[in-house]
Amino acid sequence: MQNSHDYQRVYVWEQPVRWFHWINALCILVLGVTGYLIAHPPALMNSGEANFSYWFGKLRFAHFLTGYVFLANFLFRLYWASVGNKYTHWRNFFPVSKKQIQQVWAVLKVDVLQSSDKPVHVLGHNSVAYFTYMGTGLLTVFQVVSGFALYAPMSQFWFTHLFDWVVPIFGSEQNLRLFHYTVLWLFAVFTFIHVYLVFYHDYVEGHGVLSSMVGGWKFMETEKVSQEESANIAGIPTKTAAPKPVKQAQGKPNA
Amino acid sequence: METIGDSSLPDSQDRATIYEQITSRGVPRREFLKFCGWMSVCMGLGPAGAAQVAAALENKRRLPVVWLHFQECTCCSESFLRSSHPIVADILLDKLSLDYTETLMAASGHQAESCLQDTIKKYKGEYVLCVEGSIPLGEDGAYCCIGGKSAKQIIEEVAADAKAIIAWGNCATAGCVQAAKPNPTMAAPVHKVIAGKPIIHVQGCPPIAEVMAGVLVHLLTFDRIPELDSLGRPKAFYSRRVHDTCYRRPNYDAGLFVESFDDENARKGYCLYKMGCRGPTTYNSCGTIRWNGGVSFPIQSGHPCIGCSEENFWDNGPFYQRLSNLPGFGIESTADKIGGAVLGVAAVGAAAHAVMTNLRKRHAIGEQAGESAEKAEESNASQHPETES
Repeated sequence: MQNSHDYQRVYVWEQPVRWFHWINALCILVLGVTGYLIAHPPALMNSGEANFSYWFGKLRFAHFLTGYVFLANFLFRLYWASVGNKYTHWRNFFPVSKKQIQQVWAVLKVDVLQSSDKPVHVLGHNSVAYFTYMGTGLLTVFQVVSGFALYAPMSQFWFTHLFDWVVPIFGSEQNLRLFHYTVLWLFAVFTFIHVYLVFYHDYVEGHGVLSSMVGGWKFMETEKVSQEESANIAGIPTKTAAPKPVKQAQGKPNA
Repeated sequence: METIGDSSLPDSQDRATIYEQITSRGVPRREFLKFCGWMSVCMGLGPAGAAQVAAALENKRRLPVVWLHFQECTCCSESFLRSSHPIVADILLDKLSLDYTETLMAASGHQAESCLQDTIKKYKGEYVLCVEGSIPLGEDGAYCCIGGKSAKQIIEEVAADAKAIIAWGNCATAGCVQAAKPNPTMAAPVHKVIAGKPIIHVQGCPPIAEVMAGVLVHLLTFDRIPELDSLGRPKAFYSRRVHDTCYRRPNYDAGLFVESFDDENARKGYCLYKMGCRGPTTYNSCGTIRWNGGVSFPIQSGHPCIGCSEENFWDNGPFYQRLSNLPGFGIESTADKIGGAVLGVAAVGAAAHAVMTNLRKRHAIGEQAGESAEKAEESNASQHPETES
């Protein structure tokens, strides 16, 4: 790596956040696939007696079970948003400060319009990404609430009946089911764009964003790290207890 | 109909218990007890409840009932009249006493209106108000007027002194077809017009006759409204989905579905889920009590449930499609079509973006340190002169 610059390895995504991400991804995949199949069951069996098979029942069971995991995982992330490091803090998700709003425009110019040549380099997510994840968080809340409301009539568990108030708002389960299903498409669109953009950022920036969700480290030019370290975009100072960024300066380039 | 207009009734008959009235019409006690047993099972009380029902009918006086008809087709009344058990129609309807009901009373005009006023005064706070049909709120209620008063005026007046309100059918509980989009008359169900009174929602288009009878007998037996669910429906009849009580349910769990109405699977009686059956989202007793004295119900006859006991079932169409069309996107817009289109747009956008990125990549990345050894050196030299020195 003789052409490296003064890069610093920064521990951005703590292990619990990474676990959350991949469990969440798996849940969305399983829920999406089983949910789609519940709405459109394929004609796997065109003959036979009902007592020989239970595949549709098992499919629905997988959907319901994954729903519980999805919720538990999400609740954990909410907790972590208050105890985790500054990149995972809940305040990032609300673009309210002037700095954040400016960054939203800057990112849109670079990433979407491609009309600016000044890339926005941040250690956590950029403000657009944080805002998007707040959106997916709201979608998650909606899917969990509507999902448990639809599930409650089949369950004796008190927890599911905490959601009994939802159906009356939507008038009927048929209507709620439609919205529950439509959000599946929103998740599909989100996932597609999300995966594309991660590849895109890794491709053009080289900060290791793609692998950061595996190992937790991002790589950033040293001077940019020091800017970030003072306080991040949402104004959250670095916690003293937080793991110190591992200084891995490559030193000066070999001549 | 000697029961109409209580002022005309001899006091003794007015005070007669339901049992006395039944037996005076020649119904044997055995038949009466069978009815009590059947009703208590229908209401979910179990066989032991029969004694309670019998005791109530033997000792309690008739329940004064005012039955109002607004925007409706009278299918609820028709259903009730066709109850499989003669005592339901004969006794509950005839003798339980409909003090006022537009469809069945003999009186008309001023006589009928005075009957209504008499009943309201005489049984103030005691009578049960049954409502069939929705109440139009558009154009000051001009779409439904009786005796010079709008439906809204009438129901507000009558409901004020009622003990409880029974909203019969989908019209009175959710507006049914006349409240479907665009709802030109602004048809509203009872609970949107009346507040502060217990309202029992007896859903269905029409409700099952035995369910209607069960609700009335429950009121009579226990003097209080039956246990209701979050949508105001009696739990005894509406706590389970048609799907949960459907005899075709094992086919659903096994993934055996009818693919079209004339296929082999339809002949075998597989699940109608893919034909748009609303059983999984519809709460009713069709699967257990069934219709016409337990003869059949739509699914048993090979037709998917259309969800007639659910709010907005007309707008949640098409009936033969599993998922409703997405509202706000015009007709024929399913979530799948729109979702697929959005995903397609995202894919095309991403592809175009990727092409652009590659065209610009050299330029974009060349700006950054580390692109090449020479550039890195240059930028290092300019940015960190002290390390170089």
